[in-house]
Amino acid sequence: MDGTLPVEDTWTVAGRRFRSRLIVGTGKYKDLEETAAAIEASGAEIVTVAVRRVNLSDPKAPMLQDYVDPKKYTYLPNTAGCHTANDAVRTLRLAREAGGWNLVKLEVLGPPPLLYPDMPGTFEAAQALIKDGFEVMVYCADDPLAAKRLEEMGCVAIMPLGAPIGSGLGIQNPAMICMMMEQVTVPFLVDAGVGTASDAAIALELGCDAVLLNSAIALAKDPVRMARAMKLAVEAGRLAHLAGRMPRRMGADPSSPLTGLIR
Amino acid sequence: MQTVITVMLNGETRALDGPLTVSGLLSTLGLEGRKVAVECNEAIVPRSRYAETWLASGDSLEIVHFIGGG
Repeated sequence: MDGTLPVEDTWTVAGRRFRSRLIVGTGKYKDLEETAAAIEASGAEIVTVAVRRVNLSDPKAPMLQDYVDPKKYTYLPNTAGCHTANDAVRTLRLAREAGGWNLVKLEVLGPPPLLYPDMPGTFEAAQALIKDGFEVMVYCADDPLAAKRLEEMGCVAIMPLGAPIGSGLGIQNPAMICMMMEQVTVPFLVDAGVGTASDAAIALELGCDAVLLNSAIALAKDPVRMARAMKLAVEAGRLAHLAGRMPRRMGADPSSPLTGLIR
Repeated sequence: MQTVITVMLNGETRALDGPLTVSGLLSTLGLEGRKVAVECNEAIVPRSRYAETWLASGDSLEIVHFIGGG
């Protein structure tokens, strides 16, 4: 009883068990060395990766796999940049061919500047991917009906935004996040919007199974230090959730006894 | 017999010496053995079929790999 996280405090998605409740992206870093150092410091076991055309004029350029070992980290290919269901499905079929993974992150995005989840496109892509044998972790709007429907379709994790991708605004919708969470039984993550460590802690305090972020680490002045901060914040948030917060009250309740006061 | 095959490769028109398979193309590009995936006319070309998949003029090819992303 020392208050630490129990060893058995793990979460499971699509039959794979993880101890870290932090999933990190691998984009926007200065270089691949910094990417590797930040991911190491974050303690993450799952990393998201993008699928892009090979630069044919420089085929020997260093590759992500040389720095972030796919045997050590679970690669979670994403569909970032896809604005149609068809593009997302093609992208993930290529990802599966490149790496053999069927656990994927689906995101079908609306236009800039919000890149808000395009839910009709997301439903269409999710259906095609599930039919094709993929295990789909899905980025979605903070819409409880959509969450329920995505779970019923067979998505293995529901991942609403806390704020627009890359905005760093923090979790703007905690009440809706909680309401959505009550609708689903599969793992539930906040994906997008986290700006700093306290935001990540809030996601876990609310009861999310994990949190997914990229820019908050990569765009920090010192990404490796922020990665460590995120690791600690996620642990702190999880502990606070397990501990159970005190009730909020509208008014004061003194912490010191009212008896024995000098007169 | 040498022929020229004109394909769309990662969005750019390329004239290649044929006949050529996907295997041959990857080795011409210096991508042999790299962890890439290939799509031809919006259909995946499985790794096991690189050597027997012949390219034809007008084919549209995508060769992709993993990069950093969120």
